Amino acid sequence: MAETMLATRDVYGKTLVEIGKENKNLVVLDADLSESTKTAMFAKEFPERFFNFGIAESNMMCFAAGLALSGKVVFASSFAMFATLRPYEQIRNSIASQNLNVKIAATHSGVSVGEDGLSHQTVEDLAIMRVMPNMQVFVPADGVATAKIVKQAALCPGPVYIRLNRPKTEVIYDESYDFVIGKMNVIKDAPRADVGIIAIGTMVPNALKAAKLLEEEGYSVIVADAASLKPLDRETVVRIAKSSRLVVTVEEHSIIGGLGGAVAEVLSEDFPAKLLRIGIMDVFGESGSPAALYKHFGLTPEDIFRKILKQIR
Amino acid sequence: MEKTEKERLEEVSKKLRANILMMLTEAGSGHPGGSLSCIDILTYLFLKEMRYDPANPHWPERDRFVLSKGHAAPALYAILSHVGYYSSNLLKTLRKLGSPLQGHPDSRKLPGVESSTGSLGQGISVAGGMALAAKMDKRPTRVYCLVGDGEIQEGLVWEAAMAIAHFGLDNFCLFVDNNGLQIDGLVDEVMNVYPIAEKFQSFGWHVMNINGHDFEEIEKALQFFQTNQGTGKPTVIVAKTVKGKCVSFMENKAHWHGVAPTKDDLLKALDELGCLESMEEWNAEGE
Repeated sequence: MAETMLATRDVYGKTLVEIGKENKNLVVLDADLSESTKTAMFAKEFPERFFNFGIAESNMMCFAAGLALSGKVVFASSFAMFATLRPYEQIRNSIASQNLNVKIAATHSGVSVGEDGLSHQTVEDLAIMRVMPNMQVFVPADGVATAKIVKQAALCPGPVYIRLNRPKTEVIYDESYDFVIGKMNVIKDAPRADVGIIAIGTMVPNALKAAKLLEEEGYSVIVADAASLKPLDRETVVRIAKSSRLVVTVEEHSIIGGLGGAVAEVLSEDFPAKLLRIGIMDVFGESGSPAALYKHFGLTPEDIFRKILKQIR
Repeated sequence: MEKTEKERLEEVSKKLRANILMMLTEAGSGHPGGSLSCIDILTYLFLKEMRYDPANPHWPERDRFVLSKGHAAPALYAILSHVGYYSSNLLKTLRKLGSPLQGHPDSRKLPGVESSTGSLGQGISVAGGMALAAKMDKRPTRVYCLVGDGEIQEGLVWEAAMAIAHFGLDNFCLFVDNNGLQIDGLVDEVMNVYPIAEKFQSFGWHVMNINGHDFEEIEKALQFFQTNQGTGKPTVIVAKTVKGKCVSFMENKAHWHGVAPTKDDLLKALDELGCLESMEEWNAEGE
């Protein structure tokens, strides 16, 4: 029987092992968090192709560049905070500038890292990774999508940022799910709708639940998964805007610069339309359980439902 | 080293110094001081030490050189041209729009540049990744890297120094271009980096101090690196150098870190080097 809950990081670890069996060129790096990021699974299977850099993420990123310049396909992992904000300039000047085959797979993103609090909660990573030339940004919506996205990332040339999470999250896809770079996955479609919701990562399951609540109130809803945040599927963004009275973005990330920012850019250029951005409202996180934090930041299905209802009623 | 060989190397490095200065004057900006302090080391590495093939720049078994202090790009461009990666005509395009000779080295634009550098501290770490890959693949590749003495103020240099030793990369040879100056002044006054050799030693490296302008000492240092193969420890050569070496008015002056010579400065410098005829060749080429 298929799992109903999966942690994207667990799937990441297992998928690395799977890819590593076929691709002998695959090298995996970590910075003292391999048990948490699950790269330890790869380390156990292929110790000669795993390197731990200790608590030195900038050095890990530059070593990754050197390995890639020597023909390796490199996955480098840490928590999202320490895999993006900390070594940002090294990623920019040593990896992205040379368009190298380095895949930065970061776990514990967003506020759902939970009790560790502000210093470990990344609400800016999508914005800063998206703005970097050459960098592709993929965010799986669940465990099933994670396996497909990690495999795609290993095959596609150039640098990739993959955003993963700590807690187990609901599985929404089955094996028929197909990840295509630059394509949005429209999960729930309609020729005309009251609301077109574009969600990403952990917020896709919540958006689907919010859509159900809206439908119970008699509203028609489109729901799309923007797993390929960059390159973004501009065409589908416009199509959703054309078919809906209101476009909504939902993300476990600042409303500035991430999915909300990306969709706002497309709409303002290609099809000006009313947009509601749901996410972290330009504030830092704090300690709490993931569930308590989702409630606190207004990211539960009920919160999403209420915020949308307020706009379309 | 035979006297004639030493004279040959000195002749080449003199010509390369002239090229560096002419390039910078033509560009109107760039970094003469640190280019002149490291050019003798680069001359020896590319003429006597490293295995590479300009006709096949991606030959997997080649040795790698990474210029971590990327602002000394003119020195790298001069030697790469001299050994045949591209025509010396290209040197005239330094820092101009569309040129493969970017202000700081860009591996995507110029063959022979192993990694893009310029943001200090990163080149040594990237070079560490290359040395690690060579070990994994059991290639005979050696990796040579040059950092500035001001550059080692970057914390990343020490993260890399720790990792290169930790991974047992005895195929890694680091030169510290110890010219004693950085943009804001003396390295020991801006932020003291001394003692350099002892720091690396405590990080688990083989260390040797040399005069970075004496080809015999550079040769001995690289023989030392050779004898360190199989020990599981990387080698660092702390090379005492002179910023602006061989141009009297540039020597030991922080001012000449990042200022290009004017036409008058250039003529004076070439005269001192005994390379005034280089100017005629430079002007004649490509016409």
